[in-house]
Amino acid sequence: MARIAGVEYSTVREIKGPLMVVENVSGVAYDELVEVETGSGEKRLGRVIEVGMGRAVIQVFEGTQGLSISETRARFLGRPMMLGVSEEMLGRIFDGLGRPIDGLPEPVAEEYRDINGDPINPNERDYPSDFIQTGISAIDGMNSLVRGQKLPIFSGAGLPHNLLAAQIARQATVPGKEEEFAVIFAAVGVQNDEARFFRRSLEDSGAISRSALFLNLADDPAVERVITPRAALTLAEYLAFEKDYHVLVIITDMTNYCESLREISSAREEVPGRKGYPGYMYTDLASIHERAGRIKGRKGSLTQMPILTMPSDDITHPIPDLTGYITEGQLVLSRDLYRKRIYPPINVLMSLSRLMGPGIIAEKRTRHDHGEVSNQLYASYARAVQLRALSEIVGKSGLSDIDLKYLEFGDLFERRFLNQGYEENRSLDKTLDIAWEILSTLPESELTKIKEETLKKYYKRSSI
Amino acid sequence: MIRGRIIWVAGPAVRAEGMLGAKMYETVYVGEEKLIGEIIKLTGDVAFIQVYENTTGLKPGEPVYGTGQPLTVTLGPGLIGSIYDGVQRPLISIARAVGSFIKRGVHVPPIPLDKKWKFTPLVKKGDKVGPGDLIGVVEETSLVQHKIMVPPNSKGGVVVEVVEEGEYTVEENIATIKVDSVEEQLKMYHRWPVRQPRPFKERFDPLVPLITGQRVLDTLFPMAKGGAGCIPGAFGTGKTVALHQLAKWSDAKIILHIGCGERGNEESEILTKFPEMIDPYSGKPLMERTILIANTSNMPVAAREASVYTGITIAEYYRDMGYDVLLVADSTSRWAEALREISGRLEELPAEEGYPSYLSSRLAEFYERAGRVRALGNPERRGSVTIVGAVSPPGGDFTEPVTTHTLRFIRVFWALDPNLAYSRHYPAINWIQSYSAYVETVSKWWEDKIDKEWSKLRHEFYQILRREDELLEIVRLLGPEALPDDEKLILDVARMIREGFLQQSAYDEIDSFCRPEKQLKMLKLYIKFYRLAYHALERGVPLKDIRAMKIIADIIRSKSTIPNDRLELFDELEKKMEEEFRRLTISVSTTPSIGGR
Repeated sequence: MARIAGVEYSTVREIKGPLMVVENVSGVAYDELVEVETGSGEKRLGRVIEVGMGRAVIQVFEGTQGLSISETRARFLGRPMMLGVSEEMLGRIFDGLGRPIDGLPEPVAEEYRDINGDPINPNERDYPSDFIQTGISAIDGMNSLVRGQKLPIFSGAGLPHNLLAAQIARQATVPGKEEEFAVIFAAVGVQNDEARFFRRSLEDSGAISRSALFLNLADDPAVERVITPRAALTLAEYLAFEKDYHVLVIITDMTNYCESLREISSAREEVPGRKGYPGYMYTDLASIHERAGRIKGRKGSLTQMPILTMPSDDITHPIPDLTGYITEGQLVLSRDLYRKRIYPPINVLMSLSRLMGPGIIAEKRTRHDHGEVSNQLYASYARAVQLRALSEIVGKSGLSDIDLKYLEFGDLFERRFLNQGYEENRSLDKTLDIAWEILSTLPESELTKIKEETLKKYYKRSSI
Repeated sequence: MIRGRIIWVAGPAVRAEGMLGAKMYETVYVGEEKLIGEIIKLTGDVAFIQVYENTTGLKPGEPVYGTGQPLTVTLGPGLIGSIYDGVQRPLISIARAVGSFIKRGVHVPPIPLDKKWKFTPLVKKGDKVGPGDLIGVVEETSLVQHKIMVPPNSKGGVVVEVVEEGEYTVEENIATIKVDSVEEQLKMYHRWPVRQPRPFKERFDPLVPLITGQRVLDTLFPMAKGGAGCIPGAFGTGKTVALHQLAKWSDAKIILHIGCGERGNEESEILTKFPEMIDPYSGKPLMERTILIANTSNMPVAAREASVYTGITIAEYYRDMGYDVLLVADSTSRWAEALREISGRLEELPAEEGYPSYLSSRLAEFYERAGRVRALGNPERRGSVTIVGAVSPPGGDFTEPVTTHTLRFIRVFWALDPNLAYSRHYPAINWIQSYSAYVETVSKWWEDKIDKEWSKLRHEFYQILRREDELLEIVRLLGPEALPDDEKLILDVARMIREGFLQQSAYDEIDSFCRPEKQLKMLKLYIKFYRLAYHALERGVPLKDIRAMKIIADIIRSKSTIPNDRLELFDELEKKMEEEFRRLTISVSTTPSIGGR
């Protein structure tokens, strides 16, 4: 069934939403890339999402606005969507499909890669174990980020997730190793000023020369959004696994991505899952997030930090819910803390880093008390939060002395430990020192998550 | 063989025409690259096929080849220590063949064909053998004697030829049997269709607990060998860690871990850690009893659907050898979603939340394959398959279809609670919501082997927790100070139990695995503390003095300070505790009025 690539058809039969149906085609392959030419000669890209005998359904990335049945032509390119990748792409800015928009010439591709990538063989994965110091206490101390991890930020509209992501991108290092991160930034349907903020932040810190930006802005076609993260990750994979870079991929905002997915799904008249999102959304999101990791015998790593805004701050909404089942933890931002002017407003109780196991926060990698301190902070702060709720009902008089100490601890935890400056880069030692300072306001006997020898060494008796 | 051609492609779903004569659930090869697929619907000469590999580039017009066979697994020596995808393709060999990323159209045998195994025959010429009878053994790992059986679907017959003890590959004939002048060649492996349960002689009641070394499970909500249970929880509640703990510490002979639509790094964690970890029962590396099925979330969705069947069939195969097998499936929700996705592509009418109406019968079929049985054939062998399925309910909502349907087919329910997880209470198993229908059936084992008081002690222990739950309701309305001292004491003791008994660190060397004997010692210690404290209160010891007792921190820490082989230290701790209580009571009786000073 060999067919010369580039056969052109003008047999468009139907156009609806982001989809276009072409008839009388032959030899068209599933997932094939299509060039769509409008009557005025404008060229758009699309891909085949369903193909039958003589009939192909095409999803047009740049939208179907202005396409007509009689004048539109579709050219099947005989290959899936590929991205030309090279190291030269660092320092550059691309659109959501990976075409340069910074006015400079197209970088020379060293290789062309299918943007969907292939799944990493689980047996070939190297278990992530390098602790990344972000300089942020709530993360380093209690939800450590690890090279090769996928750790999303679950945010809400108007919360400072961008500020946090930029701070992480700027400050992230692996202590003791002087390798810097290459930052790949994928903007998915975000406002122009958000994208400018990231760009400026990368420029100010001098990181722009080892960064690449893929921008699909709010006014860019919505369907293109399903491509943008994949294009960014294709470059990231190339840099990490072929060129030994440690790559940090920041994708914002995955909620917009999911909206596009839903739009396409409903145009295809598929049976919807929860809240109208397609039943395969879990699988689809996994095909993005699972591209993070490390591979045995290769030096580089791919760390992902997707950002999503939870619709009406609801963590059980399908988007954060499915994401949480895929990613290795989550950092949840809290509106309450934000209102208290705590930055970063990370709700540590709902946050989690699944990779913060004993292999990562062990003696040689971080500090031997790290794990115990983290557990104790969690347990004590959780108690403080519970008592806070209780004291709102029964008043402080209904609480015992020790309960009051916990309330005090809760406040200290938020003001001293969580709260820090946007420019403040705390070392892990500093983070743990603050932790001991505030833990020492509780009686020693309350700190049951910490071993006695550790308490002896760090507990500050004088401060009781 | 049937040869059709593709007429439609959309994701993992393909339609092909010219397939008249093909059977439901027949395995087919799709396209020029011969991707593996399975027929899931037939209409006229059109077959609906789910493809187990990525379909990018597939075109209408390409051929589809029938095989006449259903989807099968290859069962023979070499399974242990392997890691397979959902249709039993060996991931280690695939990596060797095509590198670190999984490509499609790679055909590699599931078990090594060239490796020589030392085979010891158990039958001789002239013996009569039937289905399931042992014909020999192979040492598969230092832990597992792999028993070579006459396949269950064989007619049996008289042994006309059998090889001598020696080294053979799985492809060589090791025996020939003959019935009615029809000869059958037996090899060390056979194939079995994954969707068909393997036959056995008889099913037994689940009377023996599966010891997991996890206190909250073994003591409060025990699992029985041959039982079925589920562990549902929202994300971040520690499902995966709990399942890993089961895989590490359970006293089953063989562990099958199915990573069904889950994270690649978690599979990698098992692969990295299990070879270094030591099985507490045998002292051998854990990998020597483990088989992994890893169909991560980004691998083809249809193969995810097949993965649980592949896993359970391998589990049944080892059960038939007479072993206790534990199968953990993480997560059955992803499997159900795979069903939903395929069903959606078939344009079937959906039931609840888009899931197909046969979701519940599929779940029932799966969990029903658990059981403790007498295996087919001689000599007599008893084995079991225990199933623990993780469920990932959207938004942690236990009323969603997968959880509710699963609950109908399981007997043990370990409910994970996000609020416990948020305060880092792990394992975050909610002791009020969870249940086990095996408490009664396994109590005899505990009473015979560990302590004849077990049921009584367990009941008393659980009552403290249950009372706490009731009292916390009151506290929520009125504050803790509204309670009388004896009820405050219950809250205090329950808090000690939560921290010192229910919480168990997977990462602490001593605490990670807790022998039944140690569990009982701890159980007794906490009950004794409660009794002594209650008496002390009655004798007028102020509650604040009891709260200030030094011994409390020692009791709570005993889980990680007293190792499994130093249980006598509990007796010392108990003596110290009694002594401290004695001093307290003496001090009140000698100083009658503290308030007077």
